[in-house]
Amino acid sequence: MSQESISSLSLKELHTGIHTGQFSVMEATDAYLDRIERLDGELNSFITVLRAQAQQQAQVIDQKIRQGELQGPLAGIPYALKDLFCTEGILTTCGSKMLANFVSPYDAHVTSQLKAAGGVLLGKNNMDEFAMGSSNENSAYGVVRNPWNTDCVPGGSSGGGAAAIAARLAPMVLGTDTGGSIRQPGSFCGVTGIKPTYGRISRYGMIAFASSLDQCGPMAVSAEDCAITLNVIAGFDERDSTSAQATVPDYTTTLNDSIHGLRIGLPKEFFAAGLDSQVATVIERAVKEFEQLGAVVKEVSLPNAHLAVPVYYVVAPAEASSNLSRFDGVRFGHRCEDPQDLTDLYKRSRWEGFGEEVKRRIMVGTYALSAGYYDAYYLKAQQVRRLIKQDFVDAFKEVDVIMGPSAPTTAFKIGEKADDPVAMYLADIYTIPTSLAGLPGMTFPIGFAADGLPVGMQLIGNYFQEARMLNIAHQYQLNSDWHLKLPARFA
Amino acid sequence: MSTISEAEVQKVAHLARLAIPADKTASYVSKLSNILDLVAQLTAVNTTGVAPMAHPLDAVQRLREDVVTETNQREAYQAVAPEVEDGLYLVPKVIE
Amino acid sequence: MEWETVIGLEIHAQLATNSKIFSGSSTAYGAEPNTQASLVDLGMPGVLPVLNKKAVEMAIRFGLAINATITPRSVFARKNYFYPDLPKGYQISQFELPVVAQGYLDIELDDGSSKRIGVTRAHLEEDAGKSLHEDFHGKTGIDLNRAGTPLLEIVSEPDLRSAKEAVAYMKKMHALVRYLGVCDGNMQEGSFRCDANVSVRKPGQPFGTRAEIKNLNSFRFIERAIHYEVERQIELLESGGKVIQETRLYDPDQGETRSMRSKEDANDYRYFPDPDLLPVEITATEIEAIRATLPELPTAKKQRFMQTYHLGSYEADALTSSSELGDYFERVAQGTQDAKLAANWLMGGLAALLNKHELEISAAPVAAETLTQLLNRIKDQTLSSTAAKDVLEALWQGEGSVDAIIEAKGLKQISDTSAIEAMLDEIIANNPSQVAEYRSGKDKLFAFFVGQAMRASKGKANPSTVNDILKQKLEG
Repeated sequence: MSQESISSLSLKELHTGIHTGQFSVMEATDAYLDRIERLDGELNSFITVLRAQAQQQAQVIDQKIRQGELQGPLAGIPYALKDLFCTEGILTTCGSKMLANFVSPYDAHVTSQLKAAGGVLLGKNNMDEFAMGSSNENSAYGVVRNPWNTDCVPGGSSGGGAAAIAARLAPMVLGTDTGGSIRQPGSFCGVTGIKPTYGRISRYGMIAFASSLDQCGPMAVSAEDCAITLNVIAGFDERDSTSAQATVPDYTTTLNDSIHGLRIGLPKEFFAAGLDSQVATVIERAVKEFEQLGAVVKEVSLPNAHLAVPVYYVVAPAEASSNLSRFDGVRFGHRCEDPQDLTDLYKRSRWEGFGEEVKRRIMVGTYALSAGYYDAYYLKAQQVRRLIKQDFVDAFKEVDVIMGPSAPTTAFKIGEKADDPVAMYLADIYTIPTSLAGLPGMTFPIGFAADGLPVGMQLIGNYFQEARMLNIAHQYQLNSDWHLKLPARFA
Repeated sequence: MSTISEAEVQKVAHLARLAIPADKTASYVSKLSNILDLVAQLTAVNTTGVAPMAHPLDAVQRLREDVVTETNQREAYQAVAPEVEDGLYLVPKVIE
Repeated sequence: MEWETVIGLEIHAQLATNSKIFSGSSTAYGAEPNTQASLVDLGMPGVLPVLNKKAVEMAIRFGLAINATITPRSVFARKNYFYPDLPKGYQISQFELPVVAQGYLDIELDDGSSKRIGVTRAHLEEDAGKSLHEDFHGKTGIDLNRAGTPLLEIVSEPDLRSAKEAVAYMKKMHALVRYLGVCDGNMQEGSFRCDANVSVRKPGQPFGTRAEIKNLNSFRFIERAIHYEVERQIELLESGGKVIQETRLYDPDQGETRSMRSKEDANDYRYFPDPDLLPVEITATEIEAIRATLPELPTAKKQRFMQTYHLGSYEADALTSSSELGDYFERVAQGTQDAKLAANWLMGGLAALLNKHELEISAAPVAAETLTQLLNRIKDQTLSSTAAKDVLEALWQGEGSVDAIIEAKGLKQISDTSAIEAMLDEIIANNPSQVAEYRSGKDKLFAFFVGQAMRASKGKANPSTVNDILKQKLEG
């Protein structure tokens, strides 16, 4: 089978191809490595490409598969990781100069899960530094370009992974989502991605941005591929105190359930001013398609959703300011030259190691937690956070799922918002409420706006309803081919 | 709320151990002020009687059995350290 | 008007767990630097804390012992500050909702009265690592083995009014935590240390500005540091100066406290709930289960010892200083049916040996049953007290059983009256002049004859038998 044909296969087809001997793991791996080599020069979606290691791993897995030692759904499947998942013996930069030489001494929980499942790690994806950003322009390793229009951003912070999927440089990647970092780039790049319920996937070994919000999730071409991946990475891990102990269903078995009678809620606040009309048009059409599939659509209200961005920009920076204190130039990471004294060591190492947006958020967070401001900012934000969660709890009394845009616009131009943090923050206006509530949210492509850029539908489920969400997206994808579209230049 | 002074920026930068050069302070003042303006919307919200929400899920802490599971990995862990000697991490002299 | 001293103590007790509070690293003291520092202890990117169950149980155990309220839902918070021995740039501690709230401890004052000292709170937190200032080319070395060791910080109310009271409180706490088995109490290794908040005021006035003296790790230092600090503050105030709120360090070599410049930075710890940890819920059932395992506490045990065994306050205090010692004492007292004798030997001969070998009672090579046998040999007049001390030494060295040692060393006491009579007859016959002097009223010479008898019997003659017979013969 040709390399181009391999890169168009779903995870299930890749698995079948490998396990029926149509092609080897090595051939599948090479197909992707070659595409990366050929196409990623322009996209910059990878910080590290692990050609030698991937081939070595492919060889071992080929043998294990032949000997019948490995047969799971991800056995032999190439994949990539956002560069904030720790990978033992492999550079883990978090998109930062701070960790430019950080070869992780250990594997993240999800890294070990995918390793054990027989996946082949192709490389580490570019990202906004420390996952802070909505455009991937905040990477110390350069901007990532959107395969649909290389003048545009891919979204962020998991922009590298989203671009890689869009250009078929990997069949599946893991990203993370703190305020929309899977869903917003997923929408900008026309790929499918899911941020599960907070606690569904262990955060162990995932370099923290905001601990009460961070959640790992898969990005791929289809909901089915996300389901297959989620089966491997979801579940309880004793090393993460916030890891949920709820049982993990087989996410693939319910994909074909009917969505007839499904009650879909459309939050009126997500369709108000701020939503680009081109995006609105595409969303409205997709909603109608769901109605044609038997779903019942109803308006719901999330009256506090407009407060989500302000809440987020207190809570996330506050947690981040503390989480990032460990980067002090003592035990790992960047250390400045010739520190005069301890304070100089700290201040210069951190000033030099962190990029602008990271420093800005550390400043905001430090300020919000400091004496005299804690109650007005942090405590207040935590209270409003509860109001936002309560809105969802109330809405889910009336509907099964909530739908709306993943982002207010399609991908914007590189540099367009780079100097206006607040404008950038509003790119996550529809994804942040879900994150604050800890609810699962996903995005899947539903078409293109007039500018030719993809639009993603956001699907929000109740707690631990990932199976139902994947089922709904899968049913849509059975009846559409938006998710299979490929940017012409990367075909 | 909202506007933040240059002095406050420098005070916060010290708490956060960031060496913000004097000529960048003004830019921090303006960008942080914009962010604080965005956040200022929260002041108007009535939150009387609302319990702060620190975690998305209402779960409680799980406890670990008191068992030693770690072994000495000093060499591996110090491979990424900027400066070590005799197994110690080195920093500029700390004066107490 | 005189100045009044006001002291509050913050005691840091390392909990005697096997593993650290948030990681599976060993807490054993004295390992090579950084060999007991795991990914979590080092604050590596991506790692997460998971709370040690034993640490929580020990905190509850302590809380129950000081009649405190156990917080049903306590919360861990981050205390943010930069220091090289604090790997994450924050210490995981408890702030608003500590696991132990409001309890008390009664201490005994010199005049025999007792005083109740309030304990504001006791919270769980992680210890920091250690900075080593020996010369590494002018740099400081950081050892993070201690980082993450569980600490219980016990905060007293400002109820203490003198250095002496502070020491009495500290000693009582020290005994208590060891009693409960929650802390080994080793002050040299830093397992039990305190910070003292000291201020002075004129009686009836509001509290004065306090200085915090950091890291006092011996009872003597606490007393001296507080004395020095009180004098310093009084001098300052009387010369028109003002005490400033600051952190000070006690220098035992100079015998003075001095300001810690490195901590002068205006501290703004930016406490907030640690999002990596969830609230700790403790149910009434769990509390009762722990209460059921509490040992009899020192104060109750002391009372019981005074009543049941008719011990004095001093003896009862000493014998209840650890629960092992109390148990040991009770076994010997019951085995010999002679509490006084048991107390004397525990506080005398046995205590001397334990001190000499720096051992705790639990590690003593002479078991309570063995000491009981030995004391019973005194009571049945087989051994003199002097000989018994030799036997104890031999038992300590592992030279055999009580009876085997008596036999081997020939220490059996002579109580046979006819043998003693014959011996005394000979002594009287050989010392006619002394006999005459005695009989003419020089009573003191009685001791001379006893001495002769002991020498002749190589110390084995039963002294009371010798006394009785000698008296008869000399009078007669």
